[in-house]
Amino acid sequence: MANTLNIIQAINQGLMVEMKNDSTIVVYGEDVGIEGGVFRATVDLQKEFGKERVFDTPLAESAIVGTAVGMAINGLKPVVEMQFSGFSYPAFNQIITHVARMRNRSRGQHHLPIVIRAPYGGGIRALEHHSESTEALYSQIPGLKVVIPSTPYDAKGLLIAALRDPDPVLFWEPKRIYRAFKQEIPEEAYEIPIGKAKVIKEGKDITVVTWGAMVPDVQKAITMLEKDNISIELIDLRTIAPIDRETIVESVKKTGRFLVVHEAPKTLGVGAELISIINEKAFLSLEAPPTRLTGFDTTFPLPRGEKHYIPSPERIAKTILDVVRY
Amino acid sequence: MDFKKYNPLENKIYQVLNENGEVVNKEDVPNFEKDQLLYLYRMMLYTRIIDDKALSYQRQGRMLTYAPNTGQEAAQIGSAYAMDKEDWLVPAFRELGAWLTRGVPLKNVYLYWYGNEWGSHMPEGVKVLPVSVPIASQLQHATGIGMANNIKGEESVVVTYVGDGGTSHGDFHEALNFAAVFNSPVVFIIQNNQYAISTSRKIQTVSDNLAQKAVAYGMPGILVDGNDIFAMYNATKEAINRARSGQGPTLIEAYTYRLGAHTTSDDPTKYRDNTEVEEWKKKDPFIRFKNYLVENEMIDEDWEEKTKAELEKEVMTTFESIENNSDTEILDMFKYHYEEITPQLKEQYDDYISFLEGGK
Repeated sequence: MANTLNIIQAINQGLMVEMKNDSTIVVYGEDVGIEGGVFRATVDLQKEFGKERVFDTPLAESAIVGTAVGMAINGLKPVVEMQFSGFSYPAFNQIITHVARMRNRSRGQHHLPIVIRAPYGGGIRALEHHSESTEALYSQIPGLKVVIPSTPYDAKGLLIAALRDPDPVLFWEPKRIYRAFKQEIPEEAYEIPIGKAKVIKEGKDITVVTWGAMVPDVQKAITMLEKDNISIELIDLRTIAPIDRETIVESVKKTGRFLVVHEAPKTLGVGAELISIINEKAFLSLEAPPTRLTGFDTTFPLPRGEKHYIPSPERIAKTILDVVRY
Repeated sequence: MDFKKYNPLENKIYQVLNENGEVVNKEDVPNFEKDQLLYLYRMMLYTRIIDDKALSYQRQGRMLTYAPNTGQEAAQIGSAYAMDKEDWLVPAFRELGAWLTRGVPLKNVYLYWYGNEWGSHMPEGVKVLPVSVPIASQLQHATGIGMANNIKGEESVVVTYVGDGGTSHGDFHEALNFAAVFNSPVVFIIQNNQYAISTSRKIQTVSDNLAQKAVAYGMPGILVDGNDIFAMYNATKEAINRARSGQGPTLIEAYTYRLGAHTTSDDPTKYRDNTEVEEWKKKDPFIRFKNYLVENEMIDEDWEEKTKAELEKEVMTTFESIENNSDTEILDMFKYHYEEITPQLKEQYDDYISFLEGGK
């Protein structure tokens, strides 16, 4: 039977199938129960699994994550939702001081199989704090994994891998493309390994690395450049922490050129880390300066300004040309 | 005991033994056997010796920063003694008496303060979480453990501690609110020792007491003389019984006093009068418990001297067993961040080892 889903439906199905497989999974957060989440990622889960395993909480992100620490220590696998990644800041302390550290603090006695889900990124004409790309903030913290899917297939497979991971995973979802396209995916459970990037398209002249909602924009840019006869290797990072250095470095050794495209601010971002990796591991292969095309080092603007903030396919295409013609 | 008789909004405080060890609440004297009473008194002696030795080692440069418990022994031991084997203890960082009562070996305690993470790795079956430094954050873990118990249908309960300063934290509010909303079987114990480092309790809140904060969450709150080991035992036992029978969380304020410093890095003479300290010394939990035991012919000076000597020896032997041989294994720094070490961490470890071995 065809199972053609968009990203939000794939996430819902991932939760659905894995909750059937694993009775220790509990899902909770703000509006995730009766309403099924403001984006409907958890729709029908409460109906299927009951209020004991899928429930709404008081409006308090710190306690949503803090109680997940206790639940995980006591043998459950909590999947908690931050309604927007920009609402995760009240939980920052719990995430950094406890979620990330409990395994090391207890020298392996306690480990926390927690999944923290949050829609991230801009482009949906939302209010302030609803458009943040916060992956770099969390990726620097030892003990956390940060995962961002870009397709329905990856969303389901990476989410199931996160649900089976013995360590905490921040699962940041590209809300701009939640419903952008559908894909035929298996109905049953399958895993896509965390920590592995995906080469979407092989090429010889330049490596372009991106993730999440920027993947389709980079693909549009590549389509725009078809007539320019440039061979572009496109890599979807998929896991932001820990970064798959091997795939990136191997690619740059082959192409000699590197561009990273991300929505988050430029300074001290994930792009800076990728370029450091390339400098350390592929310096002698470089034909042009490794380059970043990113959001500005500004606060994410309100809707009337957001089209300027997120790198457009036109800017991506121009930057690819700049790097290739350096 | 009946919580209803001690309405925190009327500032009533629950007590069984007064400052002199006289029974003021006859029907509430716990029905302990002699060996139980001696165990409790011995545990109080043990914690005070551990404190005294740690402070003296610290002054000799043999111990690092240490947070003493002196004055708060009854609040900690009385409450922890009310727990069953399967119950969870979620500490802050000043709960020595509770840790030991719940089976944490002294070696772990000293190893932690000596600066090695293995101190927080408890022996199998000891359901005590590691020290939590971020103030009040641990209360949410306690609530979550209790919520999981409800989901799994398990009967154990959770006892967790926070200081008076911690009640100002958002995490305190969120943890209590969640616990009440989800009927989590948790006993929240505030060790109100009157100071958060140098900041007095009066600066934390204008509430008459801290127990009355329970009212807003829809759970019972009780103000207890925290220097009275019987009162602390009874109040915690009642709260545990409520939790275990599905009646949800309770807030207990243990009204006590930190006779020592916040930690060895702090000088309490800068922020409190000696007269205040002297007044509280008269309320030392030892005085009343010892008087009670002597009055009831349970102990005498010979017993006390002999017991102290035994304990001192044990404490010194334990400290010496970890001193100078507890440096961190380098691989341990790397290998406990994830179930499997990441390539990044492996590379950093290998590079450092290679440097140490005189390599490239």
